[in-house]
Amino acid sequence: MSPKGQVYLFAILFILIGLGLTIYKSTVLQFPLLPDTERKVWDIEAKITFDSGNTPLTLSLALPAKQQQYRILDEVFASSGYGFTIEDNHQRRAIWTRREASGPQTLYYRLKITDRSGARATPMLDLPETVVPPIWTPAEETAAAGLIRTATEVSAEPASFTQQLLKMMNGQSISQDAQLLLEASRGDSIAQITIKLLNAADIPARMVRGIYLENRHYNQRAEEIIEIHDGRQWIFFDPKTAARGVPENFFMWQRGGQSLLDIIGGYNSRVRFSVLGNDISAKAVALKEAQTEATALVDFNIYSLPLDKQNIFKMLLLVPIGALVVVIFRVLIGLKTSGTFMPVLIALAFIQTTLAAGVLILVSLVAVGLWIRSYLSKLDMLMVARLAAVLITVVILMAGFSVLSYKLGLDQVLTITFFPMIIIAWTIERMSIIWEEEGPREVVTQGGGSLIVSIIAYLLMTNNFIEHLTYNFPEILLIELGIIMILGQYTGYRLTELKRFRFLIEK
Amino acid sequence: MLWNTIAKFKRKGILGMNARNVAYIARYNDRHRYPLVDDKLKTKEAARKYNIKVPDLYGVIRYTAELKALGDLLNPLTGFAVKPLRGSGGKGIIIITGRDGDAFVKPSGKMMSLRDIRRDISNILSGVYSLGGRPDTAIIESLVRGQPDMLKYSFEGLPDIRVIVFRGFPVMAMMRCPTSLSDGKANLHQGAVGVGLDICTGRAIRAVQRSTLVDRHPDSGVDFSDLAIPDWEEILLLAAKCYDMTGLGYIGCDFVLDEIRGPMILELNARPGLAVQIANGIGLKTRLEAIEALEHFDLHAEERVALVKEKFGSHPERG
Repeated sequence: MSPKGQVYLFAILFILIGLGLTIYKSTVLQFPLLPDTERKVWDIEAKITFDSGNTPLTLSLALPAKQQQYRILDEVFASSGYGFTIEDNHQRRAIWTRREASGPQTLYYRLKITDRSGARATPMLDLPETVVPPIWTPAEETAAAGLIRTATEVSAEPASFTQQLLKMMNGQSISQDAQLLLEASRGDSIAQITIKLLNAADIPARMVRGIYLENRHYNQRAEEIIEIHDGRQWIFFDPKTAARGVPENFFMWQRGGQSLLDIIGGYNSRVRFSVLGNDISAKAVALKEAQTEATALVDFNIYSLPLDKQNIFKMLLLVPIGALVVVIFRVLIGLKTSGTFMPVLIALAFIQTTLAAGVLILVSLVAVGLWIRSYLSKLDMLMVARLAAVLITVVILMAGFSVLSYKLGLDQVLTITFFPMIIIAWTIERMSIIWEEEGPREVVTQGGGSLIVSIIAYLLMTNNFIEHLTYNFPEILLIELGIIMILGQYTGYRLTELKRFRFLIEK
Repeated sequence: MLWNTIAKFKRKGILGMNARNVAYIARYNDRHRYPLVDDKLKTKEAARKYNIKVPDLYGVIRYTAELKALGDLLNPLTGFAVKPLRGSGGKGIIIITGRDGDAFVKPSGKMMSLRDIRRDISNILSGVYSLGGRPDTAIIESLVRGQPDMLKYSFEGLPDIRVIVFRGFPVMAMMRCPTSLSDGKANLHQGAVGVGLDICTGRAIRAVQRSTLVDRHPDSGVDFSDLAIPDWEEILLLAAKCYDMTGLGYIGCDFVLDEIRGPMILELNARPGLAVQIANGIGLKTRLEAIEALEHFDLHAEERVALVKEKFGSHPERG
């Protein structure tokens, strides 16, 4: 069979397999083809890290209780080498034990939850325990007394009292006492201090720890909100805003109780949470729950990887889309770009920086880089050294841009670090040679070409629908491969050639 | 509209970049033969075996340390050319046509010090101009002194003649004349004038700058219509022999005409561009297909040139 025939055979085979798997998954396994048509499933991972010192270990982690708003679909405890039990008196806690371990240790607890549409958090009905007045240092005591006095004056009942207190503590209203108290009890969070203040004012209050359900949030700490009892019911307050009620998308992990993590025999312990949102149909969720039913296709899924790896794959699966854009632009349209796949890397950086900021940062980075490079070319330097010098210049520029913009209050520019600096250094080097050899016109043509391709790749890669498809149907990779193979056989004219050779068919 | 244009292109037999890459370069050019054209030293050696004239080699610089002795090599010379061994598209070439004391004079009249030349060679060595950025070697060659007849069609640089050779048959040719717009370089893209040449006679068909027809050289004002390349027969034969020498089925051979030694090969190119079509006003594909339709390919260079003249003679094929 001719090479051409083989290419078409494989390409069509790949496309058919890809399409077949996609159709099978969407119809039989009920994976939704459209994003957001189905329920959101949140994968939450609590990662406990600590150092162990050759002594018996006991860890106890508070676990989320049943809640009206969210349904727990699945819980996994990854703890090889550890004894494991769940304690369930008064509060659910996971207990890990081990006779001996040394060095850094990592334990995982993974949880899958889904929104219960329509359900609202109903107030808990349990009654508060008797309030134990807090113990202050003399310095704290005066400040606390002052704060309580001021808050009492401007409030009517426990709820508004709490709000006033929080406003002073978080700086929304100015209070010298709050400042003093914060300084005196350094190390305690606003929520912790406020609870002590409330207790001092004889109001039952407790800590609620939880996390915000936002897609692709990694390594975040538990957030704190507080809950007070006004004599009839429990009321939530967000210490950051002093707003009443549970903040949107807040998943309560621990309500009341002392600590999130207790550890005996280890030190330097931390708990960090990662959150990933997936769109999964109820049927697919059910399929996943019934592990026995799982087919190889689902088993061989990216969902089975650890959360942070899943996020990397979410990105990786978008790269072929960028590559497809590059192939189309070079083969069908005939746009010149500098560096074959540089536009894809730039598009990946744009995802982190957002488009407008990204383009602005990139253009100014390359422009300043070119200017400095034009000076470097006057010095007699070996190319590798010059390239390294350009690279260091790029790093300095990135640092400079970041600091400057941060001082100006433009946080957006901080994402500059997502630009692949080695690629940018290369681009500057290549552009400056083109500038010297072929003039600025060619630099603008090629630079502009790269930018256009990057922007289009970015627009496609951030498209909700495409992101959903590539992540949930990795078999689409086969379709992309097939299309690219067929495009590799295209021997027709490029769009830009129609203009270039137009001259030949005129008159 | 779009389909209409494409149909017209097809009728005209215009070769596009994709078709060139897949149907000609990938099919007829064996990858392992590329070094023979990409490496100018290998080209020179092979050319000598086939009695094809090339500029003389004065020196080769492989390592930065050798740059110390550069002065000893260059000082006795009045004119020379420095080229990257694996460069392409005329990038990184330094031409020196004369001396002014210790300084070296470029065709534009600008001066270069030994230090300047050393710096440029250092760039060549680090691979700035080589394909894929590999570390490269610089070669120093004798300067080609152009024939006065031909020099009047140029500005500063030397005009060169590009012949496209397909499976040993010279199929299309053009002369590239540097202009002030192209900064003395024979690069059509930058504004040099491309003069289409009748493949059988070496006479000008028409001249094109960027994408407008021109009658005269924009700088010297010389009329292109009288242009006839001397030694055309020899050029065709040499071009045909380049196929025997390289074994590459689709190449561009760049010739220059030396005042004393006549046509010389300056460079071979395994990925020749498509601008030759614009200069000639003729689609390349029609000619390539005419060659592909032949029955015998085991011919001598002389026979192939004769066949080309018979096939593409005076009545340019249409549609």
